Amino acid sequence: MNTLMKPAMVCAAFIALAMSPAARTADMSAVVTIDLPGETAELKPGPGREAALANCMICHSVDYIYMQPPQTRDQWKASVVKMQKTFGAPIKDEDIDAIVGYLMSQNGKQ
Amino acid sequence: MQTKDVFSPANAGPDASRRKFLGAGASLGGLALLGQAPLASAMQKMIELPMVNGSRGLAAYPQKRELIVMTARPVQLETPMAVFNEGVFTPNDAFFVRWHLANMPTSIDAATFRIKVHGLVKQPLELSVADLRNNYEQVEIAAVCQCAGNSRGLFNPRVPGGQWSNGAMGNALWKGVRLRDILNKAGIQVGAVQVRLNGADGPVLPTTPDFVKALDMDIALQEDVIVAYAMNGEPLPLLNGYPVRLVVPGWYATYWVKMLDDIEVIGKVDENFWMKPAYRIPDNPCGCVEPGQKGMAMVPINRMTVRSFITSVADGAKVKGGRLQEVKGIAFDGGYGIARVLFTTNGGKTWAETRLGKDYGKYSFREWSFAFRPRPGRRYELACLAISNNGESQRFAPRWNPSGYMRNVVEPVRVTAV
Repeated sequence: MNTLMKPAMVCAAFIALAMSPAARTADMSAVVTIDLPGETAELKPGPGREAALANCMICHSVDYIYMQPPQTRDQWKASVVKMQKTFGAPIKDEDIDAIVGYLMSQNGKQ
Repeated sequence: MQTKDVFSPANAGPDASRRKFLGAGASLGGLALLGQAPLASAMQKMIELPMVNGSRGLAAYPQKRELIVMTARPVQLETPMAVFNEGVFTPNDAFFVRWHLANMPTSIDAATFRIKVHGLVKQPLELSVADLRNNYEQVEIAAVCQCAGNSRGLFNPRVPGGQWSNGAMGNALWKGVRLRDILNKAGIQVGAVQVRLNGADGPVLPTTPDFVKALDMDIALQEDVIVAYAMNGEPLPLLNGYPVRLVVPGWYATYWVKMLDDIEVIGKVDENFWMKPAYRIPDNPCGCVEPGQKGMAMVPINRMTVRSFITSVADGAKVKGGRLQEVKGIAFDGGYGIARVLFTTNGGKTWAETRLGKDYGKYSFREWSFAFRPRPGRRYELACLAISNNGESQRFAPRWNPSGYMRNVVEPVRVTAV
């Protein structure tokens, strides 16, 4: 799950299952398999992008970053530290400033 | 390009796909619909939610119709408001989706799926879906499932987290068996304090806390808390927790654990991350504080606040004047049932009683309607206000809390009659 899924056009989303008899049947003991569409959001160019690329996409897509209201440097730092300390992301202490700087360049508030 | 349109009988054209597309945007309140140029729409349909950084793609995920994509991994999908105008029950293929951890199964064999019941019980159990269907009393209940952070993106000041508009909710007819019947079959031991509930989803990294929730015994043993294997008469969509999920009517969806495969009776209050500090509200009657306030006591989020929405017309819409217009909507609360829904056409100067629809039980959406005759050329500020059977009403001043929970403010819908 920690490999980046290939971006795909959203209109190519798999809907085969919705059409299949298995999903439609009232039988509640069926095997159901889905194929999730790929991610479309990407980290845009900016200072520190390498550090963000190496860390921010291990557990989640980057729409998590761009949907947030613009955050101050302190708020972004709190988020990065939360990822490291609470969620156990393998973020090196020396990379935190670079990641925070990148997040400020992407969605920062002074 | 910006269009403002309305999902209403007066404006809906004969073309179904166009109607659906407008519906998605109209639901979000007179929003800009992007990507309507042929080239752009071939790439990705977009809509704009009424918040800074509110651009979202629209996509049809497996077993789902076109919904608003908040995040791709873990997947979180929002239901457009127009869906709630289709009927009192939210179709399974339009029901919102919210996963916490990306390592969720994308294939489930319901024949081999087992729910472990263990901990402070006399006889541990391993239940199949067939066991649930064959060996327990079957119950069915209409109940609203709403994310604790529904409408978080509308908070002011904004707070970080999932930036939902109003569509992280849905109402379904859930069928399954009582959690208490399962617990009683296993036999609850002396010293039981809570029931811990875990699903088949897990974290990407072993260092990330697994998503686990806990209910006090008195809640877990209530007769309407069920382990559900059917939703609106069909199996649950995988993205909504196939093959079974917990249903805790009246309580926020954070407790409605999906792909439920582990029920553990424990002898102390659970303090895993997802119970503490996550999903907590200020310990006071409104669950709110002044923005920036810190150091208050916090308690686990629980019962939902009373809410109502106009579903038939969107903010910024044009309506046909000179004839009777029926405005429709929904209301719900944390399990007392809806007593009244009031309606205003003049920004709250005067309120009138709406007509309530069929009662599907105290945990369900309750439809309401109100007819008024707009005069061409005039602007109207519409709003609805629900009051529950225990006397709780929606707020006029939005509550604020640091996690963006429990929004239930009265929201205006401005329309112009033409």
